[in-house]
Amino acid sequence: MAQNTRTVPAGTPTNVTQKHTKGGIGESTLRPDGTLKVTGEFAYSSDMWHEDMLWGQTLRSTVAHAEIASIDISEALAMPGVYSVLTYDDLPAEMKNYGLEIQDTPVLANGRVRHHGEPVALVAADHPETARRAAAKIKIDYRELPVVTDEASALAEGAPLIHEGRDDHHSGHVPHPNIVHRQPIIRGNVEEARKRADVIVEGEYTFGMQDQAFLGPESGLAVPSEDGGVDLYVATQWLHSDLKQIAPVLGLPEEKVRMTLSGVGGAFGGREDISMQIHACLLALATNKPVKIVYNRFESFFGHVHRHPAKLYYEHGATKDGKLTHMKCKIVLDGGAYASASPAVVGNASSLSVGPYVIEDVDIEAIALYTNNPPCGAMRGFGAVQACFAYEAQMDKLAAKLGMDPVEFRQLNAMEMGTIMPTGQVVDSPAPVAELLRRVKSRPLPPERQWETAGEGADVRALPGGLSNTTHGEGVVRGVGYAVGIKNVGFSEGFDDYSTARVRLEVINGEPVAMVHTAMAEVGQGGVTVHAQIARTELGVTQVTIHPADTQVGSAGSTSASRQTYMTGGAVKNTCEAVREAVLEIGRRKNGSYHPAWATAELLLEGGKVVTDGGEVLADIAEILEGEDAIDLELEFRHRPTVAFDLKTGQGDGHVQYTFAAHRAVVEVDTELGLVKVVELATAQDVGKALNMLSVVGQIQGGTTQGLGVAIMEEIIVDPKTAKVRNPSFTDYLIPTILDTPTIPVDVLELADPNAPYGLRGMGEAPTLSSTPAVLAAIRQATGLELNKTPIRPEALTGTL
Amino acid sequence: MRVNFTVNGRQQEADDVWEGESLLYVLRERLGLPGSKNACEQGECGSCTVRLDGVPVCSCLVAAGQVEGRDVVTVEGLADFAKQRDEHGHGGACGTGGGCGSKGGVSLDAAKQWRAKPGDSQTGEGAPLSNIQQAFIDAGAVQCGFCTPGLLVQADALLEENSSPSDQDIREALSGNLCRCTGYEKILDAVRLAAARQSEAV
Repeated sequence: MAQNTRTVPAGTPTNVTQKHTKGGIGESTLRPDGTLKVTGEFAYSSDMWHEDMLWGQTLRSTVAHAEIASIDISEALAMPGVYSVLTYDDLPAEMKNYGLEIQDTPVLANGRVRHHGEPVALVAADHPETARRAAAKIKIDYRELPVVTDEASALAEGAPLIHEGRDDHHSGHVPHPNIVHRQPIIRGNVEEARKRADVIVEGEYTFGMQDQAFLGPESGLAVPSEDGGVDLYVATQWLHSDLKQIAPVLGLPEEKVRMTLSGVGGAFGGREDISMQIHACLLALATNKPVKIVYNRFESFFGHVHRHPAKLYYEHGATKDGKLTHMKCKIVLDGGAYASASPAVVGNASSLSVGPYVIEDVDIEAIALYTNNPPCGAMRGFGAVQACFAYEAQMDKLAAKLGMDPVEFRQLNAMEMGTIMPTGQVVDSPAPVAELLRRVKSRPLPPERQWETAGEGADVRALPGGLSNTTHGEGVVRGVGYAVGIKNVGFSEGFDDYSTARVRLEVINGEPVAMVHTAMAEVGQGGVTVHAQIARTELGVTQVTIHPADTQVGSAGSTSASRQTYMTGGAVKNTCEAVREAVLEIGRRKNGSYHPAWATAELLLEGGKVVTDGGEVLADIAEILEGEDAIDLELEFRHRPTVAFDLKTGQGDGHVQYTFAAHRAVVEVDTELGLVKVVELATAQDVGKALNMLSVVGQIQGGTTQGLGVAIMEEIIVDPKTAKVRNPSFTDYLIPTILDTPTIPVDVLELADPNAPYGLRGMGEAPTLSSTPAVLAAIRQATGLELNKTPIRPEALTGTL
Repeated sequence: MRVNFTVNGRQQEADDVWEGESLLYVLRERLGLPGSKNACEQGECGSCTVRLDGVPVCSCLVAAGQVEGRDVVTVEGLADFAKQRDEHGHGGACGTGGGCGSKGGVSLDAAKQWRAKPGDSQTGEGAPLSNIQQAFIDAGAVQCGFCTPGLLVQADALLEENSSPSDQDIREALSGNLCRCTGYEKILDAVRLAAARQSEAV
């Protein structure tokens, strides 16, 4: 296997976007990176290439829990083409762990592995296959330990401790060291309220482990630099968070680790944690050569955290006239071997466990466990998804028991502006829960038996089983189900959540041109599109350049928690406003004496000119800036402060903003074979203000489909005896194809949030919440089965478990 | 080993190819054509779809040695490929069982005239786009875009074969291409849009 013979080098990211186009906020402007993406020229992280580069490979644990008695790298190191083999002993700095909140994740296993797939050693070689073969030649002597896989085994007397001697800011208040974090929420008096209930329903729900399954694999290129530092081109959700975790384990100051975002092929939470970043840097520094790491799909399933699987135990009561009396719940999230975002997921699951309903008396507890299962962390919907699955099933049970329509029952109890959350927080912006339900319900239903084609028999492609031709409609029954959910926007619980934007305005070839530079990770959500729209709106310019995201500008925070348009959009808006003020200041200085409006009128920048709010043109921006330096400002933006939830009562204004979506699912079920076809998934969502409706609808449809996936097909299956992952491939972990995905009509409301930039409401996650329980409700309605576990597998529908 | 084949009309020669390398690897890492994507490398996601002698295939499942002397069109050559087809009529109905030759949509001689033309390196603006590429942009069918190249090649082949596909036809044709961002609705919109524009143009 010889060295790379490629003659056409591709080096730095090409995701620089410049667009000469119109389109301010509210317009469906097209993506500035669209052309690059449809021509194959957009450089994703796995496309990075450097002259003389090596390929990195990770060797991962084949067992879930073991002591490592010995590692022998000699054979691997002796292979031709191998440049470096690294283990824990080669880590250069005192700091050998990383983590988002708790630094409990080893860069390479230190004498012990805690989950299947944990990184143990690294190889750099001149061909990826050489690297893979060399990794396979590393001999590891594992001495297996008993595995902890669920709540019972984690909290049993004498249970092995996943992290012995842990000393983090949660360890002092958790009842057991195998509990990462615990958040109770107590409000009112459940026992008293319970006496008022005419009906009480209980339920036990199981939510399976979902994978983000972004298509672009974890990958990047680390290039050693002359100053002893490293330049890293990588796909991530938060450059500055990565940097804070990477630099200490490399033993480098942060300024010697320069990070640039390369093209990101989807994220959905799965790139919030470190994957190959540190490994590539270590190999690059060890070999003094550029090193590229690209996971294949198998490794990708081990390379990122997953959505927390959960057990949820709920009790609700209601009066016979349909008013909810109380709610008790316990939510047990499996965080796997390392903490990742588990504490925050616990906070979300507990504080949103009541759903978008008014219940004054609640007794809530959420915990996340340490186990030997794969680590779990961020994924779209983040704690709220699991809770929504359970409380929506409970709503249907209650409605059925009361003989009420499930939508009317929800509407009767729906929260609204002014409702007090279980945390004591007052909802102070629109919360149109009843209206969202009304909208999905009032939509005409799709025609029945639509697989019947005129005169030609069944079009099997429209039936459950699809192209497999398993039925012509004989045993197919239809069901309709509803669900609605609530999600918080942004980082909660007192986190200092901010974003930074740099905006430069200068005249080029007689035209005012704005440059927007942020560290926002564009992961496909369309931030680059709306930033340009915001700059055009605020600065009245046509030409906007979006600078590549890197660590040469302040942090933009994470592209997660539905926060990026709110936060970095807000930062771009605020910075543009300051730039506008600077333009007007120069204008007043230069031209103020010529027209009284400079001093008296409200002035705007529009169409390249300074205009009064009455529409009178005062000057060209280009003229004002003539002979001046470019205006170049960098400002931070913060949302209103939040506080941590009280550790005993859960009280506190912990969230910034809430976001809501509702779904109606129509399904057809082949009851003989247990196959489900989702015919339609109608959705309604309040987005506050749609900055770009095309993108908004795309996000809602995409999020809805991920919720559909978890309802009927998606689950990482972990063997309960060995804690080994059984299905790390797209052959065995199924995500919806275009044949599995129905029509998704979208109804968008725009009820402004008075506290948010432009009144917008973060919206990327909400559609993932209610999609799953709506599909489940529809399948229950079609089959009459209880179905308390995701995903629904054929055996659950046919009684052949 | 050495592999000689045609990519987007240009004769290519890859040296020192290891026998286990896939066509996808050779395109991406040896020829500098990373447009075909490496999302699963096991034939499940369709992101690496290219035309091999006119037939859409997952290039990750094709051993590099198998393409010796054959003709490959990748997303990078899609605009030129479509242009050639438009100019020379529908000669490219390979994959339909209709006595297709080994040269796919156009003759190899004609194909050799193609040259990928680099657009504006910052934005790609000004690059000539095929009907289906433009429709994907206009319909909002591109989000992260990682699935896009494979979908474009597959959808273009569909429209070549069936100029007015039903929704079920589109779903069937694209069922081997995974997308994780869009929920597919706008991809359907894009193919419908491209079909409508194609019929208007005729």
